[in-house]
Amino acid sequence: MTETIALLPARGILDQNWRKIVNYGLLIAFAEIFIALANMPVALDDFVLIEPILSLGYLFLLCLPLLLGFGIGREKVLEGIADHAKGAREVVAGGCVGLLGGGGLSLLVLLLDNFDLRDPLVNWSPQLLDLLAFDNGVGFGVVIWLAIGGGLGLLGGSMHLIPPIARRVVATMALAVLAAAVLEAILSDMSEDLYLEWLADWVYFIRGGVTLHGAVAVAAVAAAYALWGSRAVKGAKATFQALEGAERRQANKVGLLTVAVLTILLPLVLGKITNELLANVGLFLLLALGLNIVIGLAGILDLGYVAFFAVGGYTTAILTSPNRGDSWPDWLPQLWWVVALLVVVVLAGLTGLFIGAPVIRMRGDYLAIVTLGFGEIIRLLFLSDWLGGYTGGAQGITTVPGVQVFGLATVRGTDPRAVFYLVAFFCAIAIYISWRLEKSRIGRAWMAVREDESVAEAMGINTVNVKLLAFVVGAVLASFSGAIFAAKVGSVFPSSFIILVSIVILIVVIVGGMGNILGVIAGSAVLIGVLGGPRQPGLLQELSEFKLLIYGALLIWMMLKRPEGLIPNVRRTRELHQEEFLQDAWLKGEIDLDDEEGNGGEVAPA
Amino acid sequence: MTTAMKPKAAPRTGVDWFLLLIKSVMFFFITTGIFLFILQQIDPGNPIASRLNDDATGLTADQFEGLVIAGISQGAMYGLIALGYSMVYGVLGFINFAHGEVFMVGAMTGMITSNKLAEAGAWESNFIPSLLFIVLLAIVVSTLTAIVMERVAYRPLRGSPRLIPLITSIGVSFFIQNVSVVLLGPGAKSYPDLPDWLSKKREIWFVSVEGTRLLVVCVAAISMVGLWYLVERTKTGKAMRAVAEDKEIASLMGINVNRIIVTTFAVGGAMAGVAGILWGIMFRSVIHTTGFLPGIKAFSAAVVGGIGNLNGAMGGGLSLGTAEAVAPLVILEPWGVSGVSQLRDAVAFSVLILVLLVKPTGLFGERLSSDDRA
Repeated sequence: MTETIALLPARGILDQNWRKIVNYGLLIAFAEIFIALANMPVALDDFVLIEPILSLGYLFLLCLPLLLGFGIGREKVLEGIADHAKGAREVVAGGCVGLLGGGGLSLLVLLLDNFDLRDPLVNWSPQLLDLLAFDNGVGFGVVIWLAIGGGLGLLGGSMHLIPPIARRVVATMALAVLAAAVLEAILSDMSEDLYLEWLADWVYFIRGGVTLHGAVAVAAVAAAYALWGSRAVKGAKATFQALEGAERRQANKVGLLTVAVLTILLPLVLGKITNELLANVGLFLLLALGLNIVIGLAGILDLGYVAFFAVGGYTTAILTSPNRGDSWPDWLPQLWWVVALLVVVVLAGLTGLFIGAPVIRMRGDYLAIVTLGFGEIIRLLFLSDWLGGYTGGAQGITTVPGVQVFGLATVRGTDPRAVFYLVAFFCAIAIYISWRLEKSRIGRAWMAVREDESVAEAMGINTVNVKLLAFVVGAVLASFSGAIFAAKVGSVFPSSFIILVSIVILIVVIVGGMGNILGVIAGSAVLIGVLGGPRQPGLLQELSEFKLLIYGALLIWMMLKRPEGLIPNVRRTRELHQEEFLQDAWLKGEIDLDDEEGNGGEVAPA
Repeated sequence: MTTAMKPKAAPRTGVDWFLLLIKSVMFFFITTGIFLFILQQIDPGNPIASRLNDDATGLTADQFEGLVIAGISQGAMYGLIALGYSMVYGVLGFINFAHGEVFMVGAMTGMITSNKLAEAGAWESNFIPSLLFIVLLAIVVSTLTAIVMERVAYRPLRGSPRLIPLITSIGVSFFIQNVSVVLLGPGAKSYPDLPDWLSKKREIWFVSVEGTRLLVVCVAAISMVGLWYLVERTKTGKAMRAVAEDKEIASLMGINVNRIIVTTFAVGGAMAGVAGILWGIMFRSVIHTTGFLPGIKAFSAAVVGGIGNLNGAMGGGLSLGTAEAVAPLVILEPWGVSGVSQLRDAVAFSVLILVLLVKPTGLFGERLSSDDRA
């Protein structure tokens, strides 16, 4: 059924969907005004991406007209219905959208010049006006933004005219330059140990940002990759997927070994800051893997997940620190971290049972709020004067010693590389556990419960026990992370365990792809690595003011556009897009939607 | 939910025994706490009361009265916010996590306008008109926020699995909070001073109560009556009830379901806007996280009262507010817990957990649409 239908001729320039154009244009205008008033351009002006021309501040303003100028021309292609050829119409539409969007900033320039709203809006500043007007006066600012918006919109629209392969090349080039600029800290850090400093010096400007010739070179490499390299990579992937049986297992082993060797070798060539970054990514990955079992596999929306992180951190601190609260009896020994970990695991499991048991029968949404309540209760208890003698109250517990690895070495926060190895070890365990569980009888029971609890129960699954088990496994993984966190930071405070942590982990799991280990890894690497955790800085420290805003926007956008996440779990995708799958199957003639009720839901095996 | 549907004969599992244990321990804890409190009130020095807590002296009548009044006025606000949660849950069957942020937006609007009015001198000279003006403005802005939220984030998700809109609303809540941070700055911002005649204490019948608390309770009562009239006596209200009962059949009866859902969000938003102003007047300070805790507590109030039930929302709000003010001193302190005022929020969450364990349909009974009831 995939025969191509000939394209209809391009539509006339004035034959536009004006309503859509106005909607898109106003959307850009609002977004740009918001970005400007949120102080992004001013705060991010020092973060130069490409040395003389582009800073991250301007990038946020410029990318919208370009992207939506392209987006306006995209139309839903319905299967079996001929598409119109793209032509001048799409370019004009892009231009109109960009012009409207640019108009938003022009309007802002005029308003900034004539009114003073500094009182409620803290970023209403002359500095912003200067930046928007390129230091050239108000009139110039008004005209230039109309021109920039319109121009970028036209450029975006004209992307429809070039063939798809060229479009891919352009996109790859832009992404590569952006990635090179964003990853500057890591790349130049690595180059020092790999004797590639000359290359880094050539590509990067001294005070940050890619140099012009560097950008051209990176773009050229990217273009070459898009033209020739990507095909080779795809081919290799296809041959890998075609492998079966022993060969496939062999290939998997080689792949795993490569990843393991890279994980061990990479930190050696990285500096302190980058290793610190990796350690943070690992800590959150551990949390995210645990939450992935709870929410991704068993489908329980646990918003108080931070409670287990806190229990892990506090138990470790109490058992290892000489500075724990005064109310503890003297016989409580001061343990080694590794020994304390055993207690931590048991306690976290019990906490999981204790929190899980009352909530497990509740409706999914009540469960979310109640777990959130438990998360807060635990933090408030740690903070209170009542338990202050045990937990130190707001002062927390300090001087938590590092991790003694059987007397051989001590891992402390001052040595991020060692912390990273420790975290990586536990992440490997967590990945192995998740992977084995997912493929096991229990994993299938979790997925059955997630998809339909009543049916799962009818199939003989003890839903309560199965869900409790998910809770406990999740709790134990989170407590690992808490234990390492306490040893790494050297202290625990109630303020490290706020609800925000739960929500950030939830965002990591959802953006990465619920129920998919690879997705969760990618999610934590991209979000925690680049933007940073709730308190931990990421690669783009300049964005720290805005990272929570970006997290929120990202979560909404993902839920609306791609609820299955970046790297989705196959089965989960089917659940979320059941109707589309049914429709596809119907188009292929595999099922009959008008069939008797009950049979319509069955998709015949392809 | 499922427990209620099961026949009585279902065998008890380990989890059931555990829950029974939790319930009995809580019951013992609460009743004994109250009993100890009463003993303490009779004679602080008696051996049973002083064994657990030496320092406890009991409460004077004035203190107790103060606590109850504070609890009721706080609870009235929870009730106003809870209406929004309850109505949306009744109609769409999901928790609009971001409703607390609608409330925060109302409080912020009030803060900005009242400060502008105070600058111009109108706040002192014409207090009543200014107050009416900021209430009106807060209603408009909160309503708009709620409508935009529905249109952008929730309408596209109608019909998707139940947890999807809930997760989206967490994102919306997060987003609105941080919009407030980046636009208005992260610090706490204060309302201008109130005129003396409003903030001073006054005697009414046999209780003395601060003017602001009285205002809060009165405004909440007026809003509640207005809402009751809207829902029970107007055509729109009838349509809202019909949509809450069954969306499909309502649309077959010629009701524009989308419009009614928007109206529901708008009415909830308006109530949250009013509550925002009341919050600002009572505590005189707002920050971007102002909406979070009151929001969750208001949802708890809606559950405590029975979700989907408007009288229940108000009743639940009042009960939760009072419980949160009184329970730490009446139940926890006699047990020898120190620093009980820090545990207010913990108490509020415990009330939610208890109600869901003991009576998940709430004190006044829940009203859900036909698809959610199952």
